[in-house]
Amino acid sequence: MTVASDPPLRTAKRPSRLFKNLMAKIASIPMILTALVVFVGGTTWTVVYSFTGSRMLPKTNWVGLDQYERLWNSDRWIISIKNLGIYGGCSMILTLVLGFCLAACLDRKIRFESAFRTIFLYPFALSFVVTGLAWQWILNPEFGLQSVVRGWGWETFTFNPINDPDTVIFGLLIAGLWQGTGLIMCIMLAGLRGIDDDIWNAAKVDGIGTVKTYVVVIIPMMRPVFITALVLIASGIIKLYDLVVAQTGGGPGLASEVPAKYVIEFMFRAQNLGQGFAASTMMLLSVVIILIPWAYLEFGGRKNG
Amino acid sequence: MADITMTGPRGPKPKKVFSRANIFLYGTLIMVSMYYLLPLYVMVVTSLKGMPEIRMGNVFGPPMEITFEPWVKAWSQACTGINCDGLSRGFGNSVRILIPSLLLSVTIASINGYALSNWKFKGSEVFFTILIIGAFIPYQTMLYPIVILLREIGLMGSIGGLVLVHTIFGMPILTLLFRNYFASIPEELFKAARVDGAGFWQIYFQIMLPMALPIFVVAIILQVTGIWNDFLFGVIYTKPSTYPMTVQLNNIVNSVQGIKEYNVNMAATLLTGLVPLIIYFASGKLFVRGIAAGAVKG
Repeated sequence: MTVASDPPLRTAKRPSRLFKNLMAKIASIPMILTALVVFVGGTTWTVVYSFTGSRMLPKTNWVGLDQYERLWNSDRWIISIKNLGIYGGCSMILTLVLGFCLAACLDRKIRFESAFRTIFLYPFALSFVVTGLAWQWILNPEFGLQSVVRGWGWETFTFNPINDPDTVIFGLLIAGLWQGTGLIMCIMLAGLRGIDDDIWNAAKVDGIGTVKTYVVVIIPMMRPVFITALVLIASGIIKLYDLVVAQTGGGPGLASEVPAKYVIEFMFRAQNLGQGFAASTMMLLSVVIILIPWAYLEFGGRKNG
Repeated sequence: MADITMTGPRGPKPKKVFSRANIFLYGTLIMVSMYYLLPLYVMVVTSLKGMPEIRMGNVFGPPMEITFEPWVKAWSQACTGINCDGLSRGFGNSVRILIPSLLLSVTIASINGYALSNWKFKGSEVFFTILIIGAFIPYQTMLYPIVILLREIGLMGSIGGLVLVHTIFGMPILTLLFRNYFASIPEELFKAARVDGAGFWQIYFQIMLPMALPIFVVAIILQVTGIWNDFLFGVIYTKPSTYPMTVQLNNIVNSVQGIKEYNVNMAATLLTGLVPLIIYFASGKLFVRGIAAGAVKG
């Protein structure tokens, strides 16, 4: 569009900068609107309204940090944070370890590699709701795994994580790991495939064993892959919601509540918008805390995340 | 991390087939495979049993008498609240949500990616950066402003509103996907077209679009599974008559009323998982490429 023919009139002004590349700008309007209105505008709006006493409808009666004070005094929020901490910590470590070990196994030039890969990854295609309901059924104490093992003659066998407040979070973890490890395995496998054969040959010449080579040479070389995987796992953990709703509904009692669920309950069920906004601002804050060091590492401090 | 293709296996060739290391390796892989396959197997066998057989116990046992009744019931009779027309309604809603969302989000993202890689303008990189950062912001912080937005334009609770939401939240990752792809196309091609006098849309439709077909397939796979599996947006931006399949499934299975019919529940769960599973098994390596591209942001 900008390759216009010669300017028709000498008196015509130079085209304004605004109209340079006009078509590209028009075509980018949806993107610009999304970025500015929804992402920047929406987030700012929520943060600003978290300082109000909004209940059923958003209102601008400023209450300072009241909502945050109430939030951190709420048992339900504290339980949610604790749960997310336990789930997050375990899920992060186990997903990384399992993902890497599976990828390393698949990288050992084995037969049926693609069959194994297909099996490990298929849960990732499924919805968290499907995952949660499937595991809810398997962990059903009356008919599921527990009753089967008891039926084999081990009468006192107890494995009932989703109905026990102390262990319910591990019931979620079993399902979460089932769904999520495949993705990390794939990323790790791609990272392992990117490592030069010469490294392996050199390690072999030096007489370093396979396991030791992985630990001492390969893992340090795969630092960027691990960081990417960590960011991915972390952003997935904070979003944890569907799985809890489907598998346990937050129960028994409040034992498996998570922050994302807290936000939605307060915004859309309890009609206490201010609490919901304050809780979601805390979620945003935790993401910022995770993202800034990552952006710093990734871009070497040149740009801010 | 730009080029993630699963090439052939590497590393030293194993010498003996039945070495101790090999037995350990395959043993581990088979054990882990069983953990991964178990839920799918249990869902399938449970959905084919009658309720009396389920009450006898043993979820792992194959059905003694295969019955397809639970599937029929899940599809056309299962109840959510007062509606007893089964998952078929949710399926219909999901399809009506999926198709426009897919078309809209892929079209917009491909044009965005094209503009961002070939027609950079002042500020375009800033908007793109905001878009990518937006992908990391928890959805919870944007949920309510979008409710207000949808109410203002009169789309709250409708399928159109949910389509808009999916288009917005699919944009970061898809734009990134297309931008990276178009950036990898040699610039000479674009310059030659410009010299020949082709404009923005002409280059897009006649040169870029035909070259970008593989990435379109990747984007479509990513979006179909993503939109189909969505639960959060469905539960917030629709009403019971427009609930997508995942939300309806959750309401059927986790409803507190009535006797629990585990076989119907599992049939319903499988029905909901069927679409992404078919996409997954049919697309093979493209799916891996899609999630790897979606996963490795930047």
